[in-house]
Amino acid sequence: MSNNGITRRGAMRSGAGVVAAGALGAPMVHAQGTAGSLRFAFWDHWVPGANGALQQLAQRWGERNRVNMTLDFINTTGNQLQLTIAAQAQSRSGHDGISLLPWDPGTYASQLEPCDDVMGRLVAKYGAVNPVAEFLGKREGAWRGVPATAGTQTKPACVRFDLLQQHAGIDIRAMWPARNERGPTADQWTWDTFLRAAEACHRAGVPFGLPMGQFTDAVDWVGALFISYGARITDERGNPTIRGNQELRQAIDYAVRLSRFLPNDVWAWDDASNNRALISGRSALIFNPPSAWAVAKRDAPQVAENCWTVPMPAGPRGRYLAYLPYITGIWAFGRNKTAAKAFLEFISERESAELCSTMSQGYDIPPFLSMSDFPVWEREGPPVGTIFNYPLKAHQQATYSIAFSPAPPELAQQMYIRALNTQVIARIAQGGENMETALGWLEREITNMRRGG
Amino acid sequence: MTLPLILVIGGLVAWPAGYAIYLSTLNRRMTEFIGLTNFEILLESDSFRMVIFQSVFFAVTAVILKALIGFWLAHMLHHIPTKGQRKWRGMLLVPWVIPPALSTLGWWWMFDPSYSSINWLLNIFAVPSVPWLGEPWWARISVIIVNVWYGAPFFMIMYLAALKSVPEALYEAAAIDGATSWQRLRYITLPMMRNIISITVLFSLIVTFANYDIVRVLTNGGPRDLTHVFASYAFQVGILAGNIPRGAAVSLFMFPILGVIAFFVLRGINKRNREEA
Repeated sequence: MSNNGITRRGAMRSGAGVVAAGALGAPMVHAQGTAGSLRFAFWDHWVPGANGALQQLAQRWGERNRVNMTLDFINTTGNQLQLTIAAQAQSRSGHDGISLLPWDPGTYASQLEPCDDVMGRLVAKYGAVNPVAEFLGKREGAWRGVPATAGTQTKPACVRFDLLQQHAGIDIRAMWPARNERGPTADQWTWDTFLRAAEACHRAGVPFGLPMGQFTDAVDWVGALFISYGARITDERGNPTIRGNQELRQAIDYAVRLSRFLPNDVWAWDDASNNRALISGRSALIFNPPSAWAVAKRDAPQVAENCWTVPMPAGPRGRYLAYLPYITGIWAFGRNKTAAKAFLEFISERESAELCSTMSQGYDIPPFLSMSDFPVWEREGPPVGTIFNYPLKAHQQATYSIAFSPAPPELAQQMYIRALNTQVIARIAQGGENMETALGWLEREITNMRRGG
Repeated sequence: MTLPLILVIGGLVAWPAGYAIYLSTLNRRMTEFIGLTNFEILLESDSFRMVIFQSVFFAVTAVILKALIGFWLAHMLHHIPTKGQRKWRGMLLVPWVIPPALSTLGWWWMFDPSYSSINWLLNIFAVPSVPWLGEPWWARISVIIVNVWYGAPFFMIMYLAALKSVPEALYEAAAIDGATSWQRLRYITLPMMRNIISITVLFSLIVTFANYDIVRVLTNGGPRDLTHVFASYAFQVGILAGNIPRGAAVSLFMFPILGVIAFFVLRGINKRNREEA
């Protein structure tokens, strides 16, 4: 067998790969496999066809390196991806590498292969990684994965520019044109302006569709709002910083006032509710990646044509943009770690990242700040330029953020999942508690979460 | 002869249960034994005390309603001639045979915060919309409604079988004595069905306490964590928030209490069986 270049072991490996792929119904990319095989699990993309980018990249890399590549795409509906990660960590077996949710590198740090070598080379080539990705991905003194492009999103405002102009007198396209420059009135895009616009649109019957429940869209936008007021509920070590925290009180007070101009059922909204509000034409603004706009393009083109993506408003402490990254980790118990690292490095290259962003219609955001200039964000429409301001760019003068930072990830993850920021607002706005009682509850919850570490 | 049974019980019951108990005694990183600290921490949490209240409220209310509705339906069916009974029985069993996650999704569409079909119907009759899933008490009622809708047919079929086993001669004798329908129910039907009622209620109580899918699909525990039951909260704390030991502690919380209830109920049944033998 070795005469024709295929060893017995190689043939066995290929055979096992075929059986596994057939059993899982997963896409398998064949190569000669003389350098072994790799099995990766990636997040199953919302955008139709977007998984194709990773399949193409795996095919290309597998052929070039003679590695049999098997990719499984696992979606987050019903928390399937989270369950898979937890099960693999518990059993110490599974894929070589897997898409991790934002807080997972902290949770599973001891079981993830350090990737400092890969990140060192990528940073040397492409410059700084955005600080949120670094905050999440670097645990216990090492990178515990490589920040991914596929699936990584930000949550700027998707605005119905016609409705905002009509009811609030704001020309949002003049404020944030599809060019690398701020409009003359961009400085006025603050939370105070936002509140007045929310009131006007509420009165006109097209209220802003801002979820206030316990799903990620709600937690993320409220997290960015808090940070733009300088409101943090813990310090870097996880100690609650709630007592005497005027910024926190201001932010909560603002959110309570804003909630009066939102639909009265936002406390029960999930991550799809705001999309539906926009697509059905019943809302003038949501905070979301361009997926809502992309669905509107297909199902309600008259809505999509009037959408424009702009940064989140600025607060007294600056402008922040909610950011939710995926990080691809390599299990320490994986069998082919060297090849896995090489593959992750390959899919993080600029050309690979651009393919992911392009095939996801601009949804995917690369972790490197130098990669916010892909033509896809200029090209996409209608209207052309609608998602130009989707990734963070220098002229926006904004910073990426994630709710509950700078708390240690193991604590932040618990606060994030329990949606403590929207809950504290709900306790006042919906539950009728006063600020003191609600803040007391918040402090007790955090203290409780920290115990038994 | 009993070796396969021992292996099955050991592998599928004892080992997972023992492992869950072991997990609940570890710290968050699962590196250190901390005894019952996870349970202690949980009991000191406002949110978890609310979960206990909601789980008990949800399970007890739903089981009582299921038992009453199931009993009423079983009586109605029992008095339908045998020939036509089968089709009614089949139709009434439909909610029970549909996978709960699927039927709950249907209910979710009806309760949807913004586009509820029930509200649409109410609005036709000028009744204002109800915030089914957005207001805490309506959300609690909604999860109970779905659980009752799903579980009542199980009670109905169990009670129907029990009703059919009550000897007709007892009713005939009572009729001769001039017993009213209430007296027949109280002194013949209920005593004769006592064991099956106890077993059904116990079984349903355990299953309802462990319910996950209805809360997960309908409310995800919201608003403000007020609709969480043990299973949904355990999943959130254990899997989503990455604190597996504390999640295990949440899921084990009712185990001793249900164990005691089961012990007394089953002992009562055995006692009655011995007396009747």
